[in-house]
Amino acid sequence: MFRVIVKRLLTGVLVMWGAASLIFLIVRVAPGDPVTILLGTDASAEQIAELTASLGLDRPLLSQYLTYLTDVARLDFGRSYLLGQPAMPEVLERVPATAELMLTSTAIAVVVGLALGLLAGSRPGSIVDRIVSACTIALQSFPTFWVGIMLILAFALAFRMLPSAGAGTPAHLVLPSVTLALPFTAIVARLTRTSVAETMGEPYIQTARSKGLTERQVLAGHALRNSLIPVVTVVGLHMGGLMGGAVIVENVFAWPGLGSLIVDAVSNRDYAVVQAATFLIAGIVMLFNLVTDLVYSQLDPRIRLDGAV
Amino acid sequence: MSPLLSVAGLVVDLPSPAGVLRVVDGVSFDIPEATTVGLIGESGSGKTMTANAVIGLLPGGAVLDGALRWRGEDVLRADPGRRRRLRGREIAMIFQDPLAALNPTQRIGRQVGEILRRSGMRRDEVRRRVVELFDRAGIPEPSRRLRNYPHEFSGGMRQRAMIALALAGNPALLLADEPTTALDVTVQARILRLLRSIQRDEGLAMLLVSHDLRVVAHVAHQVVVMYAGRVAERGPTSAVLSRPAHPYTRALVQSVPAVRTRTAIAHPLPGAPASPARRPAGCAFHPRCPLARERCRSEQPVVRQVADGRWSACHFAGEVSRS
Ligand SMILES: Nc1ncnc2c1ncn2[C@@H]1O[C@H](COP(=O)(O)OP(=O)(O)OP(=O)(O)O)[C@@H](O)[C@H]1O
Ligand code: SF4
Ligand SMILES: [Mg+2]
Repeated sequence: MFRVIVKRLLTGVLVMWGAASLIFLIVRVAPGDPVTILLGTDASAEQIAELTASLGLDRPLLSQYLTYLTDVARLDFGRSYLLGQPAMPEVLERVPATAELMLTSTAIAVVVGLALGLLAGSRPGSIVDRIVSACTIALQSFPTFWVGIMLILAFALAFRMLPSAGAGTPAHLVLPSVTLALPFTAIVARLTRTSVAETMGEPYIQTARSKGLTERQVLAGHALRNSLIPVVTVVGLHMGGLMGGAVIVENVFAWPGLGSLIVDAVSNRDYAVVQAATFLIAGIVMLFNLVTDLVYSQLDPRIRLDGAV
Repeated sequence: MSPLLSVAGLVVDLPSPAGVLRVVDGVSFDIPEATTVGLIGESGSGKTMTANAVIGLLPGGAVLDGALRWRGEDVLRADPGRRRRLRGREIAMIFQDPLAALNPTQRIGRQVGEILRRSGMRRDEVRRRVVELFDRAGIPEPSRRLRNYPHEFSGGMRQRAMIALALAGNPALLLADEPTTALDVTVQARILRLLRSIQRDEGLAMLLVSHDLRVVAHVAHQVVVMYAGRVAERGPTSAVLSRPAHPYTRALVQSVPAVRTRTAIAHPLPGAPASPARRPAGCAFHPRCPLARERCRSEQPVVRQVADGRWSACHFAGEVSRS
């Protein structure tokens, strides 16, 4: 087990290198020039040349890349053009807000999604099942930003129950985390439903029934754990994907997290911040995947991580 | 003395895309205490559905009729709670594919001991009892093996674990649905011997479902021959196999040369097995029956007593072992 974790971590380093290189490339290929943005369009050629040199943007790409890699290894992404501060600490400062949002959303999605999925999956074809299925399909097909705006219209503007923007109190957390959680909840519910329904048809469920267990005991004692195995994988992988949703949601609700930082940085061509944030997100996603694998292998004894790759 | 289980006019209707299928059609037989009854017939003849009806584990939407009298009590009409409490503690079941029938993510010891644990037995007691059961089922090194998962057992060992699991609730009747079909040939005989010795030693009644006449001939005291969801013939095993009272039984016996040998060559059963979806009118066997005549096409034979303890659903039962 330990050896496997080390192996995964080494693979992870390779992946991070790839991610760093990709970031480097994309940022430079994208249109827009930070020097012009910083100095405005009426700057003199002299001013532009000076700033370009001080940012190292005049050197050949390869030399920029090599410097970049050694810096990345030290988690040094340079200074933010806009703030003049080192980029990474700037990014790390935004992590707690995003983590709060993502963890709340995940908790909502897992609790509600599992409950709905279990309810529907243990009685396939029933009315409950059909209602849950219809709702989850609907939820999955609405775009996040639209749902967010609808929720703002309803709960913040029409009923004036909840704040529509900003952070600080638990009430501020409600709308953005629910918006982020809704499509995720639908995914968890649908998957749980399918998985539970499938598991309940397995022969070992008949064995459990043949012991005289109640349906509830059969579900809790035999079907639940086994039907959760695929769900765990998807939750783990989707938590990484949740970052994408967080970018949108944070901007809709002015949530001061990584997502709004990235959008600001991108529109200002603040290379250092974009790189630091993207790199950090890649690292987080990778970590989620590793943890998912470990949990998965603990749930299913057939896939213990020792030995087999 | 009334039998342990009396199946009387059992009917099982299953919903299917093509409409309701009568997969079991008026089946009657008894299982006396401490007796092994073999249930035999071609694939699709309704053996599994009969056994599942006895333990009350039919697919959703199944509609039953007739009676299932357990020690005289009609359990088919009992409330679901009563039916459930019979399972495991009075009637237990082992299945064809022991790998699929065991929960892949639970240690085998835990699965075998579950019924004991849930009845409130202390943990160390449960463990001691599980070791005993493993031992009884012929699993070596029980205290080590009970920590294994099903995928760490061989096929034969899995079926032994399944047997231990079924015995845990100390049942009076064991339903065994093709218990050796999925196993290696070399293992089959050992599992059958184990079942027979357990049946004798514990005074267990057993319903042994099989499509293999040799298995039934070996283990069963009595045999019920099913055809297309109905009983073709039933009676003491040796009498039925040596002097069949139904042409279908005769054809079965003749198709297996090693059972009761007068002929050395196997006669494969001619024609296609009848399915409950297209059950012929009259005697369902008539399209394949060498003795069939006009009456067989229109009049469904009733199961009637043809000799002491012998029952047959053939209009011409008396001619079968003469011709
Ligand atoms: N869930 C179901 N819904 C509808 N029909 C079914 C269902 N399961 C089985 N059947 C049908 O019921 C009939 C009897 O099936 P059963 O499984 O009892 O046969 P069997 O004698 O056990 O055969 P085998 O030797 O193949 O196990 C078959 O014709 C089968 O097609
Ligand atoms: S009733 Fe007729 S068709 Fe049926 S088994 Fe007897 S002889 Fe054959
Ligand atoms: Mg069967």
